[in-house]
Amino acid sequence: MEKKVLYFEDVREGDEAPPVVMADITRTQIVKYAGASGDFNPIHHDELYAIRAGNDRVFAMGMMTVGFLSHMITDWVGDGNLRKYRVRFATRVWPGDTVTCKGKVTKKYTADGKNYIEADVFAENQRGEKAVIGAMVAELLSKKGK
Amino acid sequence: MPIQDLIGKELPPFEMPIERGKIKEFAEAIGDDNLLYHDPAYAQRSPFGGILPPPTFTATKAFWRTGGTNAEIAGLDNRFVLHGEEEYEYIAPILTGDVLTCKARISDAYEKAGKRGGKMIFVIFEFSFQNQRGEKVLVSRSTAIQTGGVVKD
Repeated sequence: MEKKVLYFEDVREGDEAPPVVMADITRTQIVKYAGASGDFNPIHHDELYAIRAGNDRVFAMGMMTVGFLSHMITDWVGDGNLRKYRVRFATRVWPGDTVTCKGKVTKKYTADGKNYIEADVFAENQRGEKAVIGAMVAELLSKKGK
Repeated sequence: MPIQDLIGKELPPFEMPIERGKIKEFAEAIGDDNLLYHDPAYAQRSPFGGILPPPTFTATKAFWRTGGTNAEIAGLDNRFVLHGEEEYEYIAPILTGDVLTCKARISDAYEKAGKRGGKMIFVIFEFSFQNQRGEKVLVSRSTAIQTGGVVKD
């Protein structure tokens, strides 16, 4: 399976990334991320603990959504091309939410002979509320072979 | 103690081996079926020559670090601590089989008045990873925010 390469020449400011959708987030997915990442804060997997701490139920780790969003980015810009990635956390992701990861090119430029694109990236829930808001810089190949 | 006194505080350094099984587990947990994370033969044929970790894989440092959580190290009240921001700089590739060494410190700490009253404390933790050849490969920064009470969205 060969992947389509995103070349610098083919990118325009304002271009949007193919979205990645994580439908109907389950408690099982959250527990999987807990086990994989080592984030065992009970607020994310122990319903009674979460409720006693003042929440309606358990909610996902912010970093799980940052991982979903990174999946969208690497599918879009290609493996090994990401140079900077930063995010801030807005609203939380709850079991049953559907998270859609999106990106939009804000800038393209060449510096020191390397070709870069910058993009705004975000993950939103089914109500269009942004859970994670961020930006990234990727280095792309040129068709001229650089 | 003024919160600014935390600036420069070093966390215990630690080693973190990059392992294929952990990468597969982490990739599944973020729903990413990229063959580069799952299929050694595919990864071998790729320009990288092996399995790569996904961009946020260093989150698994939780298993390797010592000295407590960020909140504990900064003396924050865990009940009221939020993860505010996360930032990565990717400097050189990381591959399965690498053994990373991480040095970490508190790079900034300050107080701000909260929008709804009360005091908010911001503490930024910086993690700098180098590989077994001494090459710096990744820097991440994590911002912890202590709010005045339980947060509602």
